[in-house]
Formats: sequence, structure tokens, C-alpha cells
Amino acid sequence: MFSALFVMALGAVILGAALGYAAVKFRVEGDPLVEKIDSILPQTQCGQCGFPGCRPYAEAIAKGEADINCCPPGGEEGIKKLADLLGREFKPLSGEHGVEKPKSVAVIDENVCIGCTLCLQACPVDAIVGAAKQMHTIVAAQCTGCELCIEPCPVDCIAMLPIAEAVDNWKWKYPVFDIAQRRAA
Amino acid sequence: MTSYLFIVLGAVLVNNVVLVRILGLCPFMGVSKKLETAVGMGAATTFVLTLGCGTSYVIDSWLLIPNDLEYLRTLAFIVTIAAIVQLTELVIQKTSPMLHQVLGIYLPLITTNCAVLGIPLLNISQKHNFVESLLFGFGSSIGFTLALVLFAGLRERLDGADIPKNFRGTAIGFITGGIMSLAFMGFAGLDKYK
Amino acid sequence: MSRRLFKFHGGVKPAYNKESSNHEQIADAPLPAEFVIPLHQSIGGIPRPVVKAGEHVQKGQLIGGPDGSVSSAVHASTSGTVKAVEMRRMPHTSGLSALCVVIEPDGKDEWIGHAPVPWRTMSPGEVRNALRDAGVVGLGGAVFPSHLKVNPGKEGHLDTLVINGAECEPFITCDDMQMRERPDGIIKGAAILRDLTKARQVLIGVEDNKPEAIAAMRAAVERIGAERIDVVAVPTRYPAGGAKQLIRVLTGIEVPHGKRSTDYGVQCFNTGTAHAIYDALELGRPMISRIVTVAGNVERPRNYEVRFGTPMKDVVALCGPKPDTDRLIMGGPMMGFRMPGDEVPVVKATNCILVGSKVLFPPPPPEMPCIRCGECAKACPADLAPFEMYWFSRAKIFGKAQEYHLFDCIECGCCAYVCPSRIPLVDYYRFAKSEIWAREQEKEAADGARERYEFRLAREEREKQEKAARLAAKAAETKAKLAAAAVAGAEDDPKKALIAAAQARAEQQKTAAETKTNAE
Repeated sequence: MFSALFVMALGAVILGAALGYAAVKFRVEGDPLVEKIDSILPQTQCGQCGFPGCRPYAEAIAKGEADINCCPPGGEEGIKKLADLLGREFKPLSGEHGVEKPKSVAVIDENVCIGCTLCLQACPVDAIVGAAKQMHTIVAAQCTGCELCIEPCPVDCIAMLPIAEAVDNWKWKYPVFDIAQRRAA
Repeated sequence: MTSYLFIVLGAVLVNNVVLVRILGLCPFMGVSKKLETAVGMGAATTFVLTLGCGTSYVIDSWLLIPNDLEYLRTLAFIVTIAAIVQLTELVIQKTSPMLHQVLGIYLPLITTNCAVLGIPLLNISQKHNFVESLLFGFGSSIGFTLALVLFAGLRERLDGADIPKNFRGTAIGFITGGIMSLAFMGFAGLDKYK
Repeated sequence: MSRRLFKFHGGVKPAYNKESSNHEQIADAPLPAEFVIPLHQSIGGIPRPVVKAGEHVQKGQLIGGPDGSVSSAVHASTSGTVKAVEMRRMPHTSGLSALCVVIEPDGKDEWIGHAPVPWRTMSPGEVRNALRDAGVVGLGGAVFPSHLKVNPGKEGHLDTLVINGAECEPFITCDDMQMRERPDGIIKGAAILRDLTKARQVLIGVEDNKPEAIAAMRAAVERIGAERIDVVAVPTRYPAGGAKQLIRVLTGIEVPHGKRSTDYGVQCFNTGTAHAIYDALELGRPMISRIVTVAGNVERPRNYEVRFGTPMKDVVALCGPKPDTDRLIMGGPMMGFRMPGDEVPVVKATNCILVGSKVLFPPPPPEMPCIRCGECAKACPADLAPFEMYWFSRAKIFGKAQEYHLFDCIECGCCAYVCPSRIPLVDYYRFAKSEIWAREQEKEAADGARERYEFRLAREEREKQEKAARLAAKAAETKAKLAAAAVAGAEDDPKKALIAAAQARAEQQKTAAETKTNAE
């Protein structure tokens, strides 16, 4: 009886000491996983996922507090990439966080703009150029389509225009045809 | 010398841990979606199993048997293996956080992997000496890695194939595993040469 | 002198159908009623228009200025008036429009003043600029700006300059006829390139199904006395005209996946491009036309010298299209692209207009599942595994597709040609490549957005701190003032004195304002 207890206690002490030493020796600071998740997210900083930006969402995913299917601008592609990275199951986009929309940029109707700078302050990537009482304009190349500027505008002069297909961003279509669709057409 | 070779060969092919003894199916199904993670898991298990098998033999022959404590075998082995797994996890987290994140829950689950407890116990029952124990553990884990890598390669292909909707994912994985098991039965003939 | 030639892996031998269009001499296509000259005719940045509607231009005048160094200029194909600078349909499968300069010819066809370029005395950078401003791009089909390829490489000199006269694709005979009728220009162009790249030797590769062209080119080399230039007959096999394939045949060098031939001291130019470089540098003429083969479902297939911007239907009409014509293909039957309509203009990439019909190009049979027979891998001239690329492109697993060197595919069509299941393999690769490019662009945009967002956060932080610092400074100032007042005056409450002083000032200002308003 005592020998049994002694043997087990000995084992526990030795292994415990070894593990304690290892825990100190192999301490890990920081969390590079968050960087990897953040690099997959589309950086629109729109808040549709329920977090105040893409980085907080990435941190929540890394901690396991948030699911991977909350980002509409990232779309199905983004969810697939996150599922691949984290080894989790792929889930379709959760409806409560929004729907996947075609890529658009915001445009200010210059006839209506009053120069109040409210949209300037709302834009998370500083893509709106202007000053108080001066005309505001959106730099289309830098607009991420997050739609955060539409709400603050007091005269409703901002609209979202889908990005048109041009020769330089045209993509070849997927060559597989759905026979049922073809029959219906 | 040849007996050592037979031990290793037997452990890798003839009595493959996953496909013939049907032990350790949890990581076999769970970590084999990608080749890199399968290799990582195989490497981790090799380290744990080889070390575990040797340590278990030492504990059994020097601590338990002289003190008539054979009934504590399972308990003692589990404690040892748990500590080794914890050590492995710490090392992996430090050296490859990517692998650590991808292996996720399966890394600490090596502790409860029936293969990792089963091989030391089987080792004792086969009355090996210390060197043979190490070889047995090493061979079994190489067989485990082999099965995992083959399966991961197959699954990567299956990913893009036209599988009927109800069979996708785990279902086709199990069917494939079963067919691989059938294939490995062919090695049973090697037993004759021992 | 018999030279040792090598074989490239794979390739196919389709029916060549070249006899139809290589009997007649090259004819000049007449000027159409309207030239539609697209600005974007080469890989790289889109040239900016430098003319406006209503302006009169002369033949060879600059109408599109190059945008940056990876870009090439565009010139007016004839003298006339610019009708408009507007969006017109491009000779592109998408059927989308892009900016074009529309010119109405005045019939006089006057050249702008031009003079030979003193390239022997210019610096290499100046020669490159001259070629860029002359609009010289590769006429083999990829339309890569040639000025970027004219450099002697890392070693300071090229080992071998290859001039590509192979013209391996069926139906196309434009290079063949140019070599037969205008070999002097090509050889002189090759000599210029030899000197610009300081090449040790120049090898002109021509497929052996063009014996007249080979004879004419060799005679020209003799006549001009060009040094270190050899015309070599290569075995006819599609696609011997691919750059890496021709380099393998002539020099034996196998350029590995992902590497460039210049890393091995070899550069390749098309014969038409060599002639254009001669025109640009020795005659000072920008590129305004090229030789186009018109073949297929026409009565009189032939080669024409066509000015850029000529609508394709005008050129096709010269050859008598048969009534059951239903499509135009720009390029050959293996690598050509279907045109969205026949009014699209001829551009620098148009080496052939193939007129098609349901009889000539019957609709393809339905695609069947891949049986992994491996015929495509046997036929691939780039040593790739087409079935693997197909598998992963189909499943949209683009990472794995790239691991099989998807971007080394030259889209020659050999794999689809031999596939027993009739799978349109090249369509899958084009789809996968464009998806991967789109994703890379999105990633870049996302990275840029993240930087701007982080900068904005930093800016707000900085403004907050500056504001806090300012307030702190002001508070310190007020404190100092209070302390000074406490020391100077005998007031028991120095703060009250300050407030009283401020109130007095405010009263003063108020009365002053009131008097002012009363006065107005």
C-alpha cells in the first residue's frame, strides 16, 4: 500500500518538476495567429461582424470567442480560407451579419454636398478628401465599400455604385455548366 | 539483429497500429485533411510514443514489478504519457505556433489516444527488453505516420472529386480507411518469415 | 554546316492548312472609312490620349503617350481628323469596351516628319525610350513592350539571340510571307538587336515546312553580309514557336519553371518585331501596321498589310467570306480568341483573322470525366501535369494548382487537342489564372486598406495626445499666472481677481459691439 503511494508520489514529483521547468523554458509571448487571421480578413473595417474593426474580430476568432462566418465583405471565399487556416468546419455566411454584396465604391453627389465633414470622420481608411465648408470627394481607388459614411451624411448625398467590369479586371468564367440550368434557360 | 528488423517491420506494416490494430482512429480521421498537418501529427506522435514506450518499460521493470505493483501499470503509464505529451505541446507551441494552432485540440488528445496507451501495454505483454521496447514504439509510430500520410494524400485528392452529397467529408474518409485496411491485410503473409 | 538540334517534350502535329494563304504576295489593305485605334494594345500601363476630338493628325503622329516604363506608345495609322476619343468594343473575348481614338482619314496619307534614330551613339536608356515612343511591341502574339527586352542582361552581353520565325500554328502564314518578301528588313533588324544586346550569336529558327522562306532569309544574310547570324531550319512540330520551346530546340537549354530565359543568356524576338525595330530605328517610323493572315471560311485567303484600327470586317470582306460564316477568331485555331463582333479593330496582337463557320469548326462534343490516361502530360511542351492542374482548377483549390506550376502554362492547347474525354482544359487554366490574379489584387487592396486604417488610428492617437499636451501647457500657464498674481497682488483670492478682470473685459467688448451695431 505504502509502496504504491510512494511510487505514484515519486512519479508525480519528478514529472511535475520536469513540466514546471519546461513551462518556464518554453514560454511563448504574443500570438502570431491573430496576424494570420487578420491578413485573410478584407480590411473594410465596416463593423458588420459585430466587432469594431477587422483586428478585434481576428483576435476574437483566435481566442475562439467568435465564429468564422460573420464577415460579409470577405464572403464565402474568406470563410473558406479561415476554415482552412484554423482547421475548422466551413459554414455558410450567417444571415444575421449581413449578405454578400457585389463590390461597390461610394460616390458623393457634389450638387448636394454641404461640406460638413461628418463623412470624413466616419471613413476608417481616410478615403474622403475635403475640409469644412469645402467640397468632399471620395478617392475611389482607396474606398473599401464599407458603407460607414452613408449614415452620418445629413443630406443623404452618398450612394454606393457597383464596380463595373472593365477589360483589365475581367475574369474568365468557370467552364463547368450546370445542365439543369441550361435546360431551364 | 534480424529480430530487431522484424520487430520494426512488424510494427510498421504487418501489425500497423491504425489499419490493422484499429487503434488511434481519432487523429487518423481528424488531422488528415492536409498533408502538412498529418506529417506534423505523425512526428509529434512518434516522439511521444517512442519516449513513452521506453519510459513505460523502465517504470514497469524497475519500479512496478520489483514492488509487486503491476496493478498500477495503467495509471502509471497514463501519468507518464500525459507528462510527455504536455512537454511535446510546450515545445511545439514554441517552435511552430502554426502547427500548434492547426493540430489544436488533437495535440493534448494524444494523451487519450488509445494507440499511445495501447502500444506500451502491448509492449509489456510481448516481453521485450529495453532496446526492443524502443524499437517497438518507434516502429509503431512510424506505421502510424505512414497510415496518416497516405490517408492525408488521398483525402486531398478526394477534396476535389465529384463525391455524392451524402458521402462527403467523414463518410468517404471512413470508406477509404476501410479499403486501406483491406490493402494492409496483404502484409499478413510477412509473418511467416519471422 | 550541320548544327545539332534538340527536341522539346511533347507537342502535337495537327493539319497545318497553310497552303491556302501562302501563294499570294502580301497586299496592302485599303484605308477604311474610319480607324478605331484602341489605346491599350500591349501589356502594361494604358497609354494616355494626347489628342482631342477635332484635331488633325498626320500618319505616325503620337496619339497615346506611354504611361510609365512598362507601356508602349500608340500612333495614328493615317493622316486625318480625330472624330472622337471614346469607348468602343475591343477585340477581346469579353466584348467589353475600352478607350479608343477614332480617326477619319483625309485620303492624303501624309507621314509626319521623321528621321532615323542615331541608336549607335545613344545610351541604352535612350534607345529604349526611342523604341517605347515608337510603339514597338512583340508581334508574336503576347504584345510585350519590346524596349524592355532589349537589354544585354546581367552579364553585359547575351549569349544567344533567337529570332522566332517558326510560326507553328495552323493557318497562319504572315511571318512566312514576310520572310519571303521582306527578308532584308528582318535581317537588318536582327543585326540591330544583336548589337544592342551584344549577343555572341544570332539564330533565326524557321520551321522546315517553309523552304522558300528559309532560302530567302539565307540569301538575304549573304547579300547583306550580316555577321554571326545563322538561319536554322527546325523540325515542324507544334508548338516549336513557343519561346522556351524554340530556345530548347536551337540551344538545348531547358529554362526551368518560374525562371526567365535571360537568366541563361538567351532572349527571343519574333521576326516581325525585328523588322519593326529596323523600321523604328533605321527609318524612324513608328509601328502603325502589321501583316495579317486572313484564312478559313473565305474564297480568297491571303496575307494583307493592315493598319492598326482597321475594322476586321473590312479586311475579311477583301477575301470574300462565305455566306455561312458565323464567327471571327483572332489568332489561330489552337490559341486564338473568339471575337465578340466583326466591327472590332485590328490591333498589334492580330496575327491572323480566322473566319469560322459551323462546318469548319464544328461545336465541340460534351465534356466527359477525366480518366487520368496521361495523354495530356505526354503532349505538354512545358513539362507540366495538365491533369493535376485541371483537377485543382476545377475544384477551385488554387493553391494546389499553383504548386503544379499553373503559371508556366503557355496555353498552347496541346493538352486539349489530345484529350480523349474532350475536356476544354485550357478554359480551366485561364479561369484559374484570372481568379488567382483577382485574388492577388484584392489582397493588395486589403493590405493597403489595413495600412491606411492603422495610420488613421495612429493619427487620431497623435491628435489626442497633441490636444492633451496643449491643454496641459495651457493649464500650466494659467497656474503660473495665478501664482504670479498671488505673489504680486495682496488679493486673498487671486483666481477671483482674474475672473473679475475677465468679466470686465467681456463687458467692455459687449458695450463696444453694441455701440457698433447702434452706429450701423
